[in-house]
Amino acid sequence: MKDTLILAIESSCDETAASVVKNGRTILSNVISSQIELHKLYGGVVPEIASRKHIEKINQVIGEALSVAGMTLDDMDAIGVTYGPGLVGALLVGVAEAKAIAYAKKLPLVGVHHIEGHVSANYIEHPDLEPPFLCLIVSGGHTHLVIVKDYGEFEILGRTRDDAAGEAFDKVARAIGLGYPGGPKIDKLSKEGNPNAIEFPRAKIGDCPYDFSFSGVKSAVLNYLNNAKMKGEEVNPADLAASFQKAVVDVLVDHTMLAARDYGMDKVAIAGGVASNGTLREAMKKACEDRKYQFYHPSPVFCTDNAAMIGVAAYYEYKKGTRHGWDLNAVPNLKLGER
Amino acid sequence: MKILALDSSGIVASVAVVEDDILLAEYTVNYKKTHSQTLLPMLDEIVRMIELDLDTVDAIAVAAGPGSFTGLRIGSATAKGLGLALEKPLVAVPTVEALAYNLYDTKGVICPVMDARRNQAYTGIYRFCEHRLVTVKDQWAGAVTELLEELNGLGEPVTFLGDGVPVFRNTIAEILKVPYSFAPAHVNKQRAAAVAALGMEYYKEGRVQTAEAHCPDYLRVSQAERERAKREQAAEQAASSHKSEGEEK
Repeated sequence: MKDTLILAIESSCDETAASVVKNGRTILSNVISSQIELHKLYGGVVPEIASRKHIEKINQVIGEALSVAGMTLDDMDAIGVTYGPGLVGALLVGVAEAKAIAYAKKLPLVGVHHIEGHVSANYIEHPDLEPPFLCLIVSGGHTHLVIVKDYGEFEILGRTRDDAAGEAFDKVARAIGLGYPGGPKIDKLSKEGNPNAIEFPRAKIGDCPYDFSFSGVKSAVLNYLNNAKMKGEEVNPADLAASFQKAVVDVLVDHTMLAARDYGMDKVAIAGGVASNGTLREAMKKACEDRKYQFYHPSPVFCTDNAAMIGVAAYYEYKKGTRHGWDLNAVPNLKLGER
Repeated sequence: MKILALDSSGIVASVAVVEDDILLAEYTVNYKKTHSQTLLPMLDEIVRMIELDLDTVDAIAVAAGPGSFTGLRIGSATAKGLGLALEKPLVAVPTVEALAYNLYDTKGVICPVMDARRNQAYTGIYRFCEHRLVTVKDQWAGAVTELLEELNGLGEPVTFLGDGVPVFRNTIAEILKVPYSFAPAHVNKQRAAAVAALGMEYYKEGRVQTAEAHCPDYLRVSQAERERAKREQAAEQAASSHKSEGEEK
């Protein structure tokens, strides 16, 4: 059978990325141009700066993805692109570029949901993984607990009511002076701290046991810092980071295990930037082992924003017949499962 | 020689194909729909209408700024994608120059004004000399009052055009002392045909870019960068005044 090759483009936030994916599971190239150093100056992603950087880098990144794969556009069967959710100005660069390439090469265009991409990152290193399975998606912008019923088909069981998990990490990291991005820095500092030193709240949502809320634990951390400051007490940042991280991880694991039990899921995956958090991985792995569930997680490089995962998702959409028109627009608040 | 041109720098979306001195097709829409949704379907429409084989195009010209930041990027990303896929060079045509080119061989000076918000305009001053566009003052972002004083100083009749005209009409009437007029509807906004025609001149002069290197010229840094520069400047001043106080002691 002839191979299906997809060139995928991702520009939803602060990484300009392109990838060539073969038959939905084999990554021939995965090029990422990160802007993190630039945004560190501002303590977070500045949308206008991100958009400007995308347009500077995008052709170079695409060219590199093709050359690493040893291919040209003539070898491609389709172009996949993230069209939401994300920063609208950033998304538009990738969308306009992808449309123009697909148009000029007379190739089908497949718009991809960014979160569907994150979920699909699990297929890359786990050839045995197929739907249905339960997936927890945790990143700077998203916290979703979903059943992946089929490729590109989701049932959303829970989501955050306020801050995304990664957002809480960023805010707490800023409060204790660790800087941006917060997740990896808190994870690292936590290794030197006692996770049971400080008791932070674990929020439960009465009417939906799978939903999350992280603004409470974030506020509790900020209050703790303020109180200590007023009393002139020293705060051990490692203990604080470890205790905060444990509070977040406990909730993520508990809700996921609850959903797995309630819905009879014995395959559990995690995805998104926070899925590379060491403590979360360990805790989820142990919880799954205790219950004899299969546990899946992508390597860190496929957890952060990348185009390989978009190419994988685009492949399954392409196989299903999903095609977008030349009027495809960026949709900053695109809902999961929407086309 | 065949040039494909795009302009999505302002409220107008426009695409055109010019071959030598013939405008084969132009599609210009001044309506609220977003450029991201309209620009490529418009191009597709004219390509089919004139049965254009995209591989026969020599270069892709794009209105490269100033303008709406997002609009510029939609045009530039489209041009970069076309350039990459077709392996064709790009010609970056400054938006204000392309606007001025609408008023070929007009007497006096030509002054495009684009609304840049915050009481500022993206503008420039041009004239035609021996049938060629000559820059009197290169495009810049600045206060309209500053522009009008400049025009008073030149002492020549002015023709205005651009989406800034309705915004600045009263200020112009108040401050300007030289005779002036406003260009009519068919030539007073961005038109890709002008980008293509001027782009062809630039192409002949060798003013081309690779699709990879091309970026819009915003004429302005982002707000975050502006504020950061201000903060750093203030901190520097505080530090140096602190230092000089110390030295006095």
